[in-house]
Amino acid sequence: MHPAYSVIFFTTASGAGYALLALMSLMGALGMLPAERWFGLAGFLVGLIAVTAGLLSSTYHLGRPERAWRAFSQWRSSWLSREGVLALFTYVPAGITALGWVIFQEIWLVPALVLAAACMATTVTTSMIYASLKTVRRWSNCWTTPAYLAMGLASGAAWLFLLAGIFALNDTMARPIAMVALLAAGIVKYGYWRFIDTETGVATSGSATGLDRFGKVRLLTAPHTEENYLLKEMGYRIARRHAVRLRAIAFGLAILLPLVILPLVPAPGSVLGVMLAILAVMANAAGTLAERWLFFAEARHTVTLYYGAERA
Amino acid sequence: MTSLPANPAMRRLGLVIDLDICVGCHACAVNCKEWNAGGHMAPLTDFDAFGEKPSGVWFNRIHTFEAGEGADGRTVHFPKSCLHCAEPDCVTVCPTGASFKRSADGIVLVNEDMCIGCKLCSWACPYGAREFDEDVGVMKKCTLCVDRIYNETLPQHERVPACVSTCPAGARHFGDLGDPTSEVSQLVAERGGYDLMPELGYKPTNKYLPPRPRQNGACGTAVTATQVEAEADLSGHPFLRWVDRMLTR
Repeated sequence: MHPAYSVIFFTTASGAGYALLALMSLMGALGMLPAERWFGLAGFLVGLIAVTAGLLSSTYHLGRPERAWRAFSQWRSSWLSREGVLALFTYVPAGITALGWVIFQEIWLVPALVLAAACMATTVTTSMIYASLKTVRRWSNCWTTPAYLAMGLASGAAWLFLLAGIFALNDTMARPIAMVALLAAGIVKYGYWRFIDTETGVATSGSATGLDRFGKVRLLTAPHTEENYLLKEMGYRIARRHAVRLRAIAFGLAILLPLVILPLVPAPGSVLGVMLAILAVMANAAGTLAERWLFFAEARHTVTLYYGAERA
Repeated sequence: MTSLPANPAMRRLGLVIDLDICVGCHACAVNCKEWNAGGHMAPLTDFDAFGEKPSGVWFNRIHTFEAGEGADGRTVHFPKSCLHCAEPDCVTVCPTGASFKRSADGIVLVNEDMCIGCKLCSWACPYGAREFDEDVGVMKKCTLCVDRIYNETLPQHERVPACVSTCPAGARHFGDLGDPTSEVSQLVAERGGYDLMPELGYKPTNKYLPPRPRQNGACGTAVTATQVEAEADLSGHPFLRWVDRMLTR
């Protein structure tokens, strides 16, 4: 599948932003974070900017972005519509929780818990857009949603660790939570890659044409000499050796490097600590972008069966 | 509304494509383009149409496959357009309600005025039936020539999809596949018509008729070079013998 930069940025930025907001509000509600004004302001700003920038970026790949509001209407059947509705709804508890945290320096339990749930639910709907597509076996499997959640939580937790360091918050559990989230993301992503390396697809060129009754089916002549929309959008292929290298880069930057850096960070408040935490956040962001690019580039669509692929 | 019709009619209009007959001439694709470039989903934008890298929107594409090996192998021309599925995920994934399936006859259509061009429907279609129009910014697809088949200004015999009306070999049939007594349904029953990628569960309406089994001796024995030479026995033709002599000098 064609890796559209707007969608890659959207899913990674909103995944991190929603996870940061969810972790902040949940840990705040559980008394694990102080209702401190400037930390709250910074956290909500980073979270909401990431989410909003992502959502705006996602409209760039639309053919008619001025009609984007119509996407809120079909939540009964469409995961994309559900995502839109939930993303919009999440601003309500986010606004209320931020109001309490920043203005009144209080963490209001109910809005905070609703916010945490809404953030995670929005990330689930994002993942379900892909996981519900039966046409792409590398998306429609039980790894996709956990991978979106885990990668988002790892990024959000890294951000929270950085913010806790900047605002010199002690005893926040931010470090162990970030370590666990990174580890979990690494395990899930490794599992996902193992799965897609062994999956055999949902269909074959034989079943796509019904000609398997005669034996092996191969394309003799394509319908057109030049690329068409289908091949540009769904026929995108990445060389296997590039995929292996990119996986190593993605895994190293998004998971391993932050896992090495985090334990080295000294007590919150030190300049060195903040610098190291920034490095961990940047590495994680770069690695997550590579991971998301691969998520698209490695996916194979059944329409390729009509253009020479044997399995998809 | 992108939810599927709750009580769809029994009527399910669609195509039956005979792979035994199709000669791969692309006439159906060309006439489809011709009609629809001015029809319900018009325009079907082309880019660089006369240049080096032409591309454009087509609703019908003709692939050619080889199946099997050696003497048992076949070359099969394979036209592919929207199959107007009974369970079309392309409809249910649509976030705006632009994609819909008609309850009266099962035709899957796009309301261009509501489409935001998110392309998700084209990802959800396993068959590659939907093509994005970069110029208009919306998704386009086969309409089963909804503007022909119900068009009362056309004579009765022309009220069939453009691809069906133009096929010079008679490889394309149009009718109600929800009615077991219809001509197309009987054709499907008789010839063992089948679904494409049934394992995905989209329940396509369009059916494909498989190439017929080979009849004994009808083909499979290639004419060899020695046979040709043996046939070229010139003993009874003095003129040809003279030509042969002159030419072999």
